[in-house]
Amino acid sequence: MVRLVIDGQSVEAEESWTILEAARYYGIEIPTLCYMEGLSPYSACRLCIVEIIRGGRSRLSASCSYPVQEGIEVRTNSERVRRARKVIIELLLASCPNSRTLQCLASKYGVTRIRFRAEDRGCILCGLCVRMCKEQMQAGAIGFADRGTGREVAMPFHTRSEVCRECGACLYVCPVCELPCPGPLQPGQLCNSCLDTVQLEAFPSRE
Amino acid sequence: MARIESPAALEEYRQKLIEAQRKYTTTITICGGTGCRAHNCTAIHEETRRVLEKTGLSETVELRFTGCHGFCEMGPLMIIKPQGIFYTHLKPEDVEDIVEKTVVEGKIIPELTYKDPVAGISYHYEQEVPFYNKQVRLLLGMNENIDPCSIDDYIAQGGYSALAKALFTMEPEEIISEVEKAKLRGRGGAGFPTAEKWKAARRAISRDGIKYVLCNADEGDPGAYMDRSLLEGNPHAVLEGMTIGAYAIGACEGYVYVRHEYPLAVINLYTALDQARELGLLGKNILGSGFDFDVHVSIGGGAFVCGESTALMASIEGRIGEPRVKHIHTAVRGLYDRPTNLNNVETWANVPIIINRGAEEYAKLGTERSKGTKIFSLVGKIRNTGLVEVPMGITLREIIYDIGGGIPDGRKFKAVQTGGPSGGCIPEELLDTPVDFDSLYDVGSMMGSGGMIVMDENTCMVDIARYFVDFLCGESCGKCVPCREGLKQMLYILEDITEGRGTMEQLDILQELAEVMRDTSLCGLGQTAANPVLSTLRYFGDEYREHIQEGRCRAGVCKPLITFSIEPEKCTGCMRCRKSCPVGAISGKKKEAHVIDPEKCEKCGICLEVCEYQAVVRK
Repeated sequence: MVRLVIDGQSVEAEESWTILEAARYYGIEIPTLCYMEGLSPYSACRLCIVEIIRGGRSRLSASCSYPVQEGIEVRTNSERVRRARKVIIELLLASCPNSRTLQCLASKYGVTRIRFRAEDRGCILCGLCVRMCKEQMQAGAIGFADRGTGREVAMPFHTRSEVCRECGACLYVCPVCELPCPGPLQPGQLCNSCLDTVQLEAFPSRE
Repeated sequence: MARIESPAALEEYRQKLIEAQRKYTTTITICGGTGCRAHNCTAIHEETRRVLEKTGLSETVELRFTGCHGFCEMGPLMIIKPQGIFYTHLKPEDVEDIVEKTVVEGKIIPELTYKDPVAGISYHYEQEVPFYNKQVRLLLGMNENIDPCSIDDYIAQGGYSALAKALFTMEPEEIISEVEKAKLRGRGGAGFPTAEKWKAARRAISRDGIKYVLCNADEGDPGAYMDRSLLEGNPHAVLEGMTIGAYAIGACEGYVYVRHEYPLAVINLYTALDQARELGLLGKNILGSGFDFDVHVSIGGGAFVCGESTALMASIEGRIGEPRVKHIHTAVRGLYDRPTNLNNVETWANVPIIINRGAEEYAKLGTERSKGTKIFSLVGKIRNTGLVEVPMGITLREIIYDIGGGIPDGRKFKAVQTGGPSGGCIPEELLDTPVDFDSLYDVGSMMGSGGMIVMDENTCMVDIARYFVDFLCGESCGKCVPCREGLKQMLYILEDITEGRGTMEQLDILQELAEVMRDTSLCGLGQTAANPVLSTLRYFGDEYREHIQEGRCRAGVCKPLITFSIEPEKCTGCMRCRKSCPVGAISGKKKEAHVIDPEKCEKCGICLEVCEYQAVVRK
């Protein structure tokens, strides 16, 4: 067992756990998008970042892939984490303004405006579908193509892959290709309907 | 060729080579670096060979086609040794003259020597040229003595003696502690202590005993070509360094990851590998020591992100070149999940020098925490474009003014960008900053792999930031959100500012976005991607504000913010601008003042350049 501190609580964790797993075990909430139990951690959405203090030095790191270590202190809701998380949600919303998952995240974490240029690209490149297809369905019919801002999820050479069984697992895990948020929305607008009901920022953080 | 089976045999082989070279009284070396090749140096080489054969001098005059000499501005270059006579800007037709006058009669041809454009002084010998005499050319100096396709040249210059010394007189731990005492730091950019990496890789346990050493030759910064020139000009130095490193770490296999845009480096590397294997300096039982090590070449597709260690390893394994999290270091689990040590080309090339000279001697060069020399490619608005190798701790001012010759055309210096897209822009008031890893980091830039881009007053700093962000938008792997989406939004904001749509609020957003990217990106590329923006905001914030509040670009670069017009009282109606305008935006009769139609004007600035009466003004 490994002893560490999460949000001021001293906790014990299995050596094989990640910080995210340990936090969830103790009921501490860390938002995620590209993480799913049963799939390998991908550390791409950066929503699960936490502040890790080790040897007197503090840095932000993705908790979904960071293994628990003896003696570290983790802050899941510090000012630095909240600020970075809000910018990341804002960036994600700018690329998929109509995603219900993202709209709900915005309300939950107090994002009330998008200061960036919004363009609906219909995909946040979280890679859940790619990993689902490969790791759970054993197909590997889809993957990433291109790089940088041109990156996309695609079948090889953009033609229908023979290994695709049309099982629909990719659709099932997608956080974006769902019914749009039912709020009173113009495309690109923020819903924020549930802003008053759940607002984490209203709670004092344990620091 | 027979294998060399012991250090004594190597020494004997070296003496034979030196003996064989005694018959030559003169050596002509011609720079065969990429810059000179673009100026047709291969034809000069062919012509020299033909002339020497025709005149029957090939028995006494040695001709050597070498790697880059560094002074690319003046290429093609030729040095005639032993005197060190230095000829620049050569053409094939100059060769007969050179052979006749300089080689046979010993006379210098003044027209071909280097003339300092500022002082107007001619320099006849290489060692006198100001560009060279302030440098300390530990690594690059070898280039001009070696034909990169000849292992004999390298051995004759003392090559592979460090390997023999390491294999037969030193324990692996001794080698590591020697490198530690020399305080060698990684030349690829971050400046991590090399010995620490080696120690971690040596300590790491491999499940089947296999460990790897890798050489990162995926240099991709705009304007940088240090690693390229080293690999093209002296591949054996890199291989020797890798072999010593492999012995110290306990690795048996190595890879050089080189981009396919460097065809000459790839060819020279393959040639070097074949030659080293033939002589038994690579492969099984190296020099009869019982140590086995071989090197493979992995040719990359030219993705900038593959310079990142985990992305590079993914690429060698044949997967998509994208980084992964490094909570477990690559020294423990790297290439094919085996302990792996990755160093940059220049770092590896430093290793034989440290072993040969000893750590103490090596550590005399440089500052307290940065030792040795560093190669920079000095490019941009600078008089002496080229590769320079300087001791750590020299100031930026010395590099730019004493070695680089300052800014051409009487313009004013504005900034120097170091460290490529991950570095920052350093303003004039910080030119006395010593060049070492820590000082550059403190002023908001970094050493990087060694690109140094000089900018003058005609460079717009907002546009420079936009350029680097645009470059990274295409070169980010696109995996993590802050880097991919953050760069894209950053580019939008910078485009808004350079096109006159910017708002002051956007400056705060830029700052916040840059900080979040630095804090939360997955790999080094994203974490440092905001540096050009952060450093220009820090030192050139005025220029941003001018763009936004006054709609003015002081450098006259951002086209939507500038207009061209003709002052009627100065215009003589000479028609030059009218004839030169590519879009026909200028009208006017002969000997009458001309007018520019702002609707049609493309703002290319040709009229400004051709006008002899300064009648065209840019605002």
